Amino acid sequence: MVDALQGFLQGLFGSVFPLVWTLLKIVLIIAPLLLAVAYLTFWERKIIGWMQVRIGPNRVGPWGLIQPIADGLKLLLKEVVIPTGCDKSVFLLAPMFAFAPALAAWAVIPFNDTLVLANVNASLLYIMSITSIGVYGIILSGWASNSKYAFLGGMRSAAQMISYEVAMGLALVVVLMVSNSLNLGDIVRGQGQGYFADKGLSFLSWNWLPLLPMFVVYLVSIVAETNRAPFDLAEGESEIVGFHVEYSGMAFAVFFLAEYANMILVSTLTSILFLGGWLSPVGFLPDGILWLLLKISAVLFIFLWVRATFPRYRYDQVMRLGWKVFIPLCLIWLVVVGCWMMSPLNIWK
Amino acid sequence: MEFRTFVFYFLSAILVIAGLRVITSRNPVHAALFLVLAFFSASGIWMLLQAEFLAIALVLIYVGAVMVLFLFVVMMLDINLDRLREGFWSYLPLGSIIALLMVAEMGLVLGGNYLGLFEAEVPQTSADHSNVQAVGRLLFTEYVYPFELASVILLVGIVAAVALTQRERRQSKAVSPSQQVFVKAWDRYRVLQMPAEKKD
Repeated sequence: MVDALQGFLQGLFGSVFPLVWTLLKIVLIIAPLLLAVAYLTFWERKIIGWMQVRIGPNRVGPWGLIQPIADGLKLLLKEVVIPTGCDKSVFLLAPMFAFAPALAAWAVIPFNDTLVLANVNASLLYIMSITSIGVYGIILSGWASNSKYAFLGGMRSAAQMISYEVAMGLALVVVLMVSNSLNLGDIVRGQGQGYFADKGLSFLSWNWLPLLPMFVVYLVSIVAETNRAPFDLAEGESEIVGFHVEYSGMAFAVFFLAEYANMILVSTLTSILFLGGWLSPVGFLPDGILWLLLKISAVLFIFLWVRATFPRYRYDQVMRLGWKVFIPLCLIWLVVVGCWMMSPLNIWK
Repeated sequence: MEFRTFVFYFLSAILVIAGLRVITSRNPVHAALFLVLAFFSASGIWMLLQAEFLAIALVLIYVGAVMVLFLFVVMMLDINLDRLREGFWSYLPLGSIIALLMVAEMGLVLGGNYLGLFEAEVPQTSADHSNVQAVGRLLFTEYVYPFELASVILLVGIVAAVALTQRERRQSKAVSPSQQVFVKAWDRYRVLQMPAEKKD
């Protein structure tokens, strides 16, 4: 069927066919992603509600299922207030800076053995560099708002994101060392081999077990990196003023979307780098995209679970955890893995 | 015109305009943002040269890290444009000499092909060739000593930066939040017992 469609479009568009085909693929990735973002907000409210013995949203539509659509519509209809004395162009640019990287990074994410928009060799490097742009949205929104509180909030969150990017980057270095590749597809394929994979227990061969400290560091860092509870110093709804105090309506909603799109992105990366991507956990079940989706949902659930469970960290504790605990731990584990790979006990040949 | 050439001119035009705006824009934050745009377009041009590692590293390091810290500093500045303009004429001779030198250097690099300065052509690689692997292999074999030397210099830089910020620690009145939270109400105030005064 795909071939027939491809042939039809090729006849229709002629020489610009590759462009149209790529655009179609981009839409096929982005549209479900945005839907997932909308329903992630819904599930967050539901799950936290259940954990706190409440019901959660249940009025709009059956079981409250239309709630995210209603929220989106409400935000669309609200006025975007632009503060006096603010830098208007930068003020409106900042939400885009926050949101665009979260979408652009999906270009190199492999969904299964063949399903990937751009199979580039340096895909991990690409992801790291694209996601590092997201911090501009925070800094610029804080500065352009012409408000002290937004500015201080922006500085706070930006410092936090930069700190945890270092720990995340070092964890990724260890992963690419053991998989000997920067290609996300190759990293997943590398996890499908090993002693346990041959015995049919593939899930013990995935990177999370041999690189357990890095997995833990990465899992905590992504929570801090996306400014989520218990590291949500960016916006702690009731207590601290964050970088987007001056934003309203859709401009605020774009920050909100960016946060959830980033959550989905980092969950996908965790699944690919540490949890074996599209690989099946046991030998007798086939591999496929469903496993990837299942793993992403599991990591996303951890995000929500953590938010409902832990109290917020104090800012100096957040910084201490990043700089004085995670970075030294990553550096030590980097050397340990290096020695391990050079020793006869190397399991990643 | 080939599509590749079009992309090159497109990116170059953005790069040149962004570069011009870096030095002409009044607002330092806008200037920094145009510099980010310039880096981004430059990385696109490198990508056209199939130097994917350099292109991505440029975005990762300059856009993702250096410019963010740069913006931090620039945003905190309280810039008075009139004060900045004061020394324009006295700095002009030195500035123009440096500008002329830069123009001469750029001319040498850009005219390098014409003057026959370059020994080797830019190599064209196949699509399955990994740029990152090639750079890494060269760094750790042929250029291992310069590489280690550069990292030692960077380390010295880091130590120096930390030492500079730690130097004035004693004068600082910053309170440690972890000690701060243990404060009790009675450390901060005391209740005085005063006998009631008699009414005469």
